Amino acid sequence: MSLLEVANLGISFGGLKAVDDVSFDVEEGEVFTIMGPNGAGKSTIFNLISRFYKPTSGTIRFGGKDITGLAPHQIAPLGIARTFQNIELFDHSTVLQNLLVGRHSLRRTSFIEDMLFLPKNRREEVRHREEIETIIDFLDLQPYRNQRIAGLPYGVRKVVEMARALALKPKLLLLDEPASGLSVEETQDVAYWIEDIQKDMGITVLMVEHDMKLVNQVSDRVLALDHGSPLAIGLPQEVQSDPAVIEAYLGREEA
Amino acid sequence: MEVIQLLLGGLANGCIYGLVALGFVLIYKASEMVNFAQGDMMMLGAMLALTFVNHDYLGWPFVPGVLAAMAVMGVLSFALDKFVLRHIFGQPHFAVVILTIAIGFVIRFIAGVIWGHEPLSLENPFAGKSLHFGGLVMGMEDAAAILMTIVLTGGLYLFFSRTRLGVSMQASSQNQIAAYYMGIPVKLVYSVVWALAGILATVAGVMFASKGTIDPSTGLLGIKAFAAAVIGGFGSLPGALAGGLIVGIVEPFAGRYLLAGYSQIAPYAIMLVVLIVAPNGLFAQMIKKKV
Amino acid sequence: MRILFKRSYGVDIRLFADWQTFAWYAALFAAVLAMPFVLDDYYLGEVTYVLIFSLAGLGLMLLVGHTGLVSLGHAAFLATGAYMDVILIERGVPFILALPLAGLFSGVVGAIIAIPVLRLTGIYLAIATMALAIITEDIIVLAEPVTGGVIGLTTPPIEIFGLEIDRYGTPKLFFYLCLAVVALVTLFYRNLLRSPTGRAFTAIRDSEVSASSLGINVAVYKTLSFGISCFFTGLAGGLLAHYLGAFNHETFLIITSILLLMMVVVGGMGSIHGAFFGAIVIGLLPPAITILREYFTALTGIRMTAIPGLDTGIFAVILVMFILFEPMGIYGRWLKIRTFFQIFPLYRKNMFRRQKTFLKTERMR
Repeated sequence: MSLLEVANLGISFGGLKAVDDVSFDVEEGEVFTIMGPNGAGKSTIFNLISRFYKPTSGTIRFGGKDITGLAPHQIAPLGIARTFQNIELFDHSTVLQNLLVGRHSLRRTSFIEDMLFLPKNRREEVRHREEIETIIDFLDLQPYRNQRIAGLPYGVRKVVEMARALALKPKLLLLDEPASGLSVEETQDVAYWIEDIQKDMGITVLMVEHDMKLVNQVSDRVLALDHGSPLAIGLPQEVQSDPAVIEAYLGREEA
Repeated sequence: MEVIQLLLGGLANGCIYGLVALGFVLIYKASEMVNFAQGDMMMLGAMLALTFVNHDYLGWPFVPGVLAAMAVMGVLSFALDKFVLRHIFGQPHFAVVILTIAIGFVIRFIAGVIWGHEPLSLENPFAGKSLHFGGLVMGMEDAAAILMTIVLTGGLYLFFSRTRLGVSMQASSQNQIAAYYMGIPVKLVYSVVWALAGILATVAGVMFASKGTIDPSTGLLGIKAFAAAVIGGFGSLPGALAGGLIVGIVEPFAGRYLLAGYSQIAPYAIMLVVLIVAPNGLFAQMIKKKV
Repeated sequence: MRILFKRSYGVDIRLFADWQTFAWYAALFAAVLAMPFVLDDYYLGEVTYVLIFSLAGLGLMLLVGHTGLVSLGHAAFLATGAYMDVILIERGVPFILALPLAGLFSGVVGAIIAIPVLRLTGIYLAIATMALAIITEDIIVLAEPVTGGVIGLTTPPIEIFGLEIDRYGTPKLFFYLCLAVVALVTLFYRNLLRSPTGRAFTAIRDSEVSASSLGINVAVYKTLSFGISCFFTGLAGGLLAHYLGAFNHETFLIITSILLLMMVVVGGMGSIHGAFFGAIVIGLLPPAITILREYFTALTGIRMTAIPGLDTGIFAVILVMFILFEPMGIYGRWLKIRTFFQIFPLYRKNMFRRQKTFLKTERMR
């Protein structure tokens, strides 16, 4: 049984089929990349898995359990975390506070206990902060710990976005274009981090990405999409040399 | 027969609410600001008209007086946007709401200082005249209100969809920075929109004043017009009018058939029901955002 | 310049960052405790009024400043608190239970109303709450057998363990009672903010989408915020009932709701201090205007007859000034002044400069 099983997933907006009969499985411990030109439906698939959209057809199973009918807030407690293409951080809070929100699904206190702030709450707060520190260490965010998001550079914000997703202690991490807008060095950092996430933390990664170098460096398998339909699925080399994929990306050669 | 009589009475009121609601929607469509002071602007416009027309003030003839009031109000609204609202350009909507509420208070206060708090009436050519048809009676001022509303709504609808200024207003409200890139003088456009809204408010005010008396607190009627705009859905001009008509028509029926005390909350109750059933109004304009 | 070295997580978590901050607040609290011995009864009454409105403001601040939900109808919950408190005491419930129960009642009513209303966003929410406030005015009159309709109710005196506390008879005791309630609620509020619940509220304010992707059930938390907010405001309503001695539906008009919101904005949105600053402005403005008017008359000999609506008019002008020039409110200005002194001479005018934003339509969500 694969960690994530997507079967015949489809969604239409009005008459437009944004995602059309897409099926793929993500095995535990692998890095699976979805690639395709803009508008191919990649982020839509993420939004379907996060349950922001309701599919018109198909099912999604996570760890054998059918999650197609769940509400968006029920996804995180299952161990699925995601980042957003257009960063959706909490601008008025500090980096630390953003990461602490990431731990919400792991809380053990009720709102009444919070209001009274019993010793149990204090212990829990310390526990949350200790676990957050591991992530801050991992992603080198120490200098930014107490700074407000609103003043941080774009590259740092993307890292915080990833950190917040990791704070969830996910089994599956959905990365939506982690390298978009980053410089060559920053992209290389992302590659190293993804490798560490996979090997040291044992987290399965499902990624949407355009940057071919990054895709080839970290991916175990790739799915190519075009106009919502799957084109090819397999090892990175195989998919990139698939004629249908080349045609979708580069256009057909004039006869 | 009685039903139709009630209907006619409510229709004229509905047109006035509709005109005020149109002002709201106009500003909202152009700048996505909600102008809580629209009702008070209506009151101010009516007071200005009174100052031009009434014999204890300037004593001008009715039409030039009203036109003068419209011009003054247009300039005042333009200035209001240019000098006051300019500063909160780009700030979250909430700040605008509070600001316009506060501006409404200030307008009411100044009006109270200038014109006092006694109810005043506008001398108008409709007073006492009425139309009779088929056993029904309609006051002349009501008929005038309905006519003006139809003309104005139609005009505005065409303005927004056909003219360049109208289209650039819509563009400015949907994406400011893109509008700038397209060469639209966004700030000027906004001020013009406010001037238009001020003129609309004046017409509504004159219509209202013709039916009875006004005093500085008349602006609170704006809240009912607000309910109307909400019922119609904020992004739609015909919706605003429809909302106004609904509120205007429900009022006399509620007053006649419901117990006293329940009738004045009818418009708000309807609004709440509409909001719960169709959270963006009946003629909504919300689209889902791509994340 | 003061640099804070943090050596444990406790420093982040505790209520006061360092002993100097604690010392300042302790001194402030001591000064407040001493007020009944320094001020005469009239001014003590004014300060009590400020305390009660701070409490109402705290409730609204939690909802508006920290969860991002605009309510233009909070006076309705002042009303539920006031009426329920009196109704319970009249039926023999001791004050010490009646007040919290009145607050709880307001909280529950708030949560119930919240459920359908919180599907609405931004401006529609504000309008819906305003409509609720208007409807509440009428409902109070309609529910005459319970609320005394237009005539209203007279508040029975407070009795705690045999000790009678009355605003006019024992103003010092009444002041301390209000102070105790406000202090307790402030503590609860601060506790909420430094725990997952409070962070969930702020998350909802800043990005509902990512909040739900992190496991926060947005609908439930919005309702919770509304409920707690109405609980605080309901407590204020109960205290207000005892302050006024008698009240009817005119005490809780739509204008009161609007004033509450304006108060919260002037004080400084998103901060607990803001509720207090705003209440100070709104509470001390009328007497301040009276004093100024008398001074003006004495100075120039011109008699300024009382202009009706002057209080609200001036308050509105102050509000406009704040929104235009100091959107962070009084607390924001205070922060800037304090930072100026703390990091002198390194303070630069642009430190707190807001990023220039362009309007992006909210019609796409």
